[in-house]
Amino acid sequence: MYAQEVKSTGKGVKSLDEMEPLERAFQEKVNADIKIEPKDWMPDGYRKTLIRQISQHAHSEIVGQLPEGAWITRAPTLERKAILIAKVQDEAGHGLYLYCAAETLGVSRDQMTEQLLSGKAKYSSIFNYPTLTWADIGAIGWLVDGAAIMNQVPLQRCSFGPYSRAMIRVCKEESFHQRQGYDIMMKLCAGTPAQKEIAQDALDRWWQPSLMMFGPSDAESVHSAQSMAWKIKQDTNDELRQKFVDQTVPQANYLGLSVPDPDLKWNNEKGGYDFGEIDWEEFFEVVSGNGPCNADRMAARRKAWSDGAWFRDGLMAHAHKKQARNVAAE
Amino acid sequence: MSNEWPLWEVFIRGQHGMAHRHVGSLHAPDAELAINHARDVYTRRNEGVSIWVAKAGDITASAPSAKGPLFEPSNSKVYRHPTFFDIPDDVGRM
Repeated sequence: MYAQEVKSTGKGVKSLDEMEPLERAFQEKVNADIKIEPKDWMPDGYRKTLIRQISQHAHSEIVGQLPEGAWITRAPTLERKAILIAKVQDEAGHGLYLYCAAETLGVSRDQMTEQLLSGKAKYSSIFNYPTLTWADIGAIGWLVDGAAIMNQVPLQRCSFGPYSRAMIRVCKEESFHQRQGYDIMMKLCAGTPAQKEIAQDALDRWWQPSLMMFGPSDAESVHSAQSMAWKIKQDTNDELRQKFVDQTVPQANYLGLSVPDPDLKWNNEKGGYDFGEIDWEEFFEVVSGNGPCNADRMAARRKAWSDGAWFRDGLMAHAHKKQARNVAAE
Repeated sequence: MSNEWPLWEVFIRGQHGMAHRHVGSLHAPDAELAINHARDVYTRRNEGVSIWVAKAGDITASAPSAKGPLFEPSNSKVYRHPTFFDIPDDVGRM
């Protein structure tokens, strides 16, 4: 999802009997749903997996501001503009909650920033697609934030305390994001034929990338088992994807839009929709840096970081000077 | 990237006369800006009426290994709870 490239140890999951006493005590706590806090002992793999997952999640929130931010100056009304600013500001806030949660594990903010800017750390593939029309802002809120909620609700029960608490805050705010997106879609679909057409076009372009947000299929995802044993992850990628499709198709029907998948069909037996194969080749291309906007997104983040350097340093220099003056006056 | 802003812990008093409660942390160059940032990061939906910030480095925390010696002694002192004492119904409310 927001951490599509998380790699854990790659070894199989150990049984309690195979563990050393410290690790065993740790796993028993996790099994009993007792939260792990930053200063508690934890296996190295647990720490590394969490640092990678939480920092990728944070990077996704930060980079995620870019596609939507591009429409702030072009929002159709003043009210829509104020709402979009509030939404993009929330994404910045979510990134900050998450960076702080990762920092409790011993990685610094600057290290994480450096990993993002050097391309070493990933962010969600979804933010490498362009926002071509106003309807894309509707589709992102409805589909992308909808998929994010699907993933983040179970993360509220994650075994690591700071991540779980950050997710609780995020989830409280996320529902506004999805609703404002669906509201834009409803308005467009009740509008002129041209407005309805851009709504359909946005759904056509965002549907597949939204399904990819849940990450590779379970059969391909080698890291799931360990993350699930550690209760970093509660549901498999395919389970969450299925839930998302089942929830979203009726919402598309309500709008009078058609989901761009000829294989989409209700399956009475499983009580859910069957849907077509996802273009995984495209997914891996985008994750590895070759999506339509990867270069733009990274350039924007690097520019923001380097353009802001004098300002960050200036404020720090001012703080040091003020502190020195206060000490001298005492 | 050595000139990183220090980390601050943020405490917010909610609307209903409760004590300040830890809500998270953030980076800021000094206390004044830490308050301003806390306003933006932690009270976008009217969550607070007052903010405290403290430098994370100035906070001393108990060690997880001290959990036993610190907190176990109170386990055996059930008489500190009012329900430990049986008061006959005839006495009335107490």
